Amino acid sequence: MDLKERVERCLGSDALSVTEYRGDITVEVPRRRIITVLKKLKEAADLEFDFLTDLFGVDNLDLYKKKKKKKGDEEEAEKGAQEPQPPRFEVNYLLQSLKSNERLRVKIQVPEDDLEVESATVLWKAADWPERECFDMFGIRFKGHYNLKRLLMWDEFPDHPLRKDYPLEGKGEERHFPVCEF
Amino acid sequence: MVQEPNGPVVSGSGDYVTINIGPSHPAMHGTLRVIAQTDGETVIKADPEIGYLHRGVEKLGENLTYHQFIPITDRLNYCSAIANNVSYERAVEKLMGIEIPVKAQLVRVIMMELARIADHQVCVGILGVDLGAFTPFFYQIIQREEIYEVFEWYNGARLTNTFGRIGGLDADLPEKFAEKWPGLKDGIRKANDETDKLLTHNRIWMDRTIGVNPFSPEDALSWGFTGPCLRACGVKRDMRKNEPYYLYDQFDFDVPTGKNGDVFDRYMVRLKEMEESIKIIDQAYRMYLEMPEDAPLKAKVPKIIKPPAGEVYSAIESPNGELGFFIKSDGSDKPYRIKIRPPCYMIYQAFPEMVEGEMIADLIACLSSLNIIAGELDR
Repeated sequence: MDLKERVERCLGSDALSVTEYRGDITVEVPRRRIITVLKKLKEAADLEFDFLTDLFGVDNLDLYKKKKKKKGDEEEAEKGAQEPQPPRFEVNYLLQSLKSNERLRVKIQVPEDDLEVESATVLWKAADWPERECFDMFGIRFKGHYNLKRLLMWDEFPDHPLRKDYPLEGKGEERHFPVCEF
Repeated sequence: MVQEPNGPVVSGSGDYVTINIGPSHPAMHGTLRVIAQTDGETVIKADPEIGYLHRGVEKLGENLTYHQFIPITDRLNYCSAIANNVSYERAVEKLMGIEIPVKAQLVRVIMMELARIADHQVCVGILGVDLGAFTPFFYQIIQREEIYEVFEWYNGARLTNTFGRIGGLDADLPEKFAEKWPGLKDGIRKANDETDKLLTHNRIWMDRTIGVNPFSPEDALSWGFTGPCLRACGVKRDMRKNEPYYLYDQFDFDVPTGKNGDVFDRYMVRLKEMEESIKIIDQAYRMYLEMPEDAPLKAKVPKIIKPPAGEVYSAIESPNGELGFFIKSDGSDKPYRIKIRPPCYMIYQAFPEMVEGEMIADLIACLSSLNIIAGELDR
């Protein structure tokens, strides 16, 4: 049986959609069920996705803006505003099976007004820094992470730089190094 | 480690000294910083702080076209820039659904394996320097310069190579490679031999490396280790064998592994891998010579690259481990999102667990044996 069917059978109603593009299989799951889903995928005998390759966020703000612009010619802009806003962020989990070398991408949607996701550090220690980076770059908070602070930017940095509404050249933030901090 | 709160350690006598190492320190390879709490010479807790070389490569990528991003990938792991270039180009080619010609694949394999040797030479050499053995470093670096000569023939650059184009290559392997390679091969072998003789069975070296920072395979896999550091723990995983790309399934080579995952095993795995790389280059070059002279080097690619909307993840086995690129395209000429999965990022996050309870001098040894490259770590 191919991977797509096995994933669908393992997750049941949790698999909102399973798509394939250029051989990469992506499964979208509900945000609140993410740890349950990852655990299922890790433990299912015919899948065994037991290796977390990476975890990262994506900001879809510009993508939705572009779609709206295209639509806007035909429909009224007001109509677009009434539609429910699609979730702005997504978090991707790249999984790999050490036995069969298959890869799977698990995706969750995270709306802007509720940026909280369960932490995957309970399943893999490898989720530690990627989650911190995701918090640093997008502001997505991971519930249950033991040390959720900024990773690449400094602690006092006021913004989240990989968001699409953050300018490339920055906003002129400066870091003030304390002479001796510890 | 995961369950513990990240507060200061209060158990014991409480008479701890906090030592700040880096970010500007000769032993800290670039701009790494570790804040270590020590009890005498023993490290109680090490807290690495990263981001001193953060240039926002992923953000830059969103504002550059697909071709313009290739020189930026040079600056990730600057010890083996070619592996980064190929990994990125491969991801874009996957996104566009392009299969590159066999001749281009062979040249890429040859150049990537040369870059792997160069990377391992630096790592082995610097490990010696950090532990007080300066001579092997010179043997290795002299040979690395010879490899850089080949790179220089290719397009003039020695360190930041900007190798290849999306869809194949812009130039063939330099003709002079035929006469250079036999001598180069012997030189690399000789340098490895000298290093082996000077270090491997040296009493001081053995005392300083064997049993230092051992790591179990279960821990290593949970932390997301790949590459030589994982193989040193005894896990036989190599993307070139497990998920063969290009023509790696046609080459005959071994995957060296260690046993305990300590500094010595990491050193041995790297030393042996150089020999395997030489074997691969030999076979790839033989296959290359059998190709017709006018075989194409580039697939048909439009001048302006506009991949269809979609997202892919593609990875290769870089010298340090799995180097992957996730690219999301929205159908325009610039990538919508690029995420780089650097190998040493995953390895370095296990650093506090590795050095806990070890000596400060072993912390330095551990750091060099992991081959943490700040450019790749911070992006």
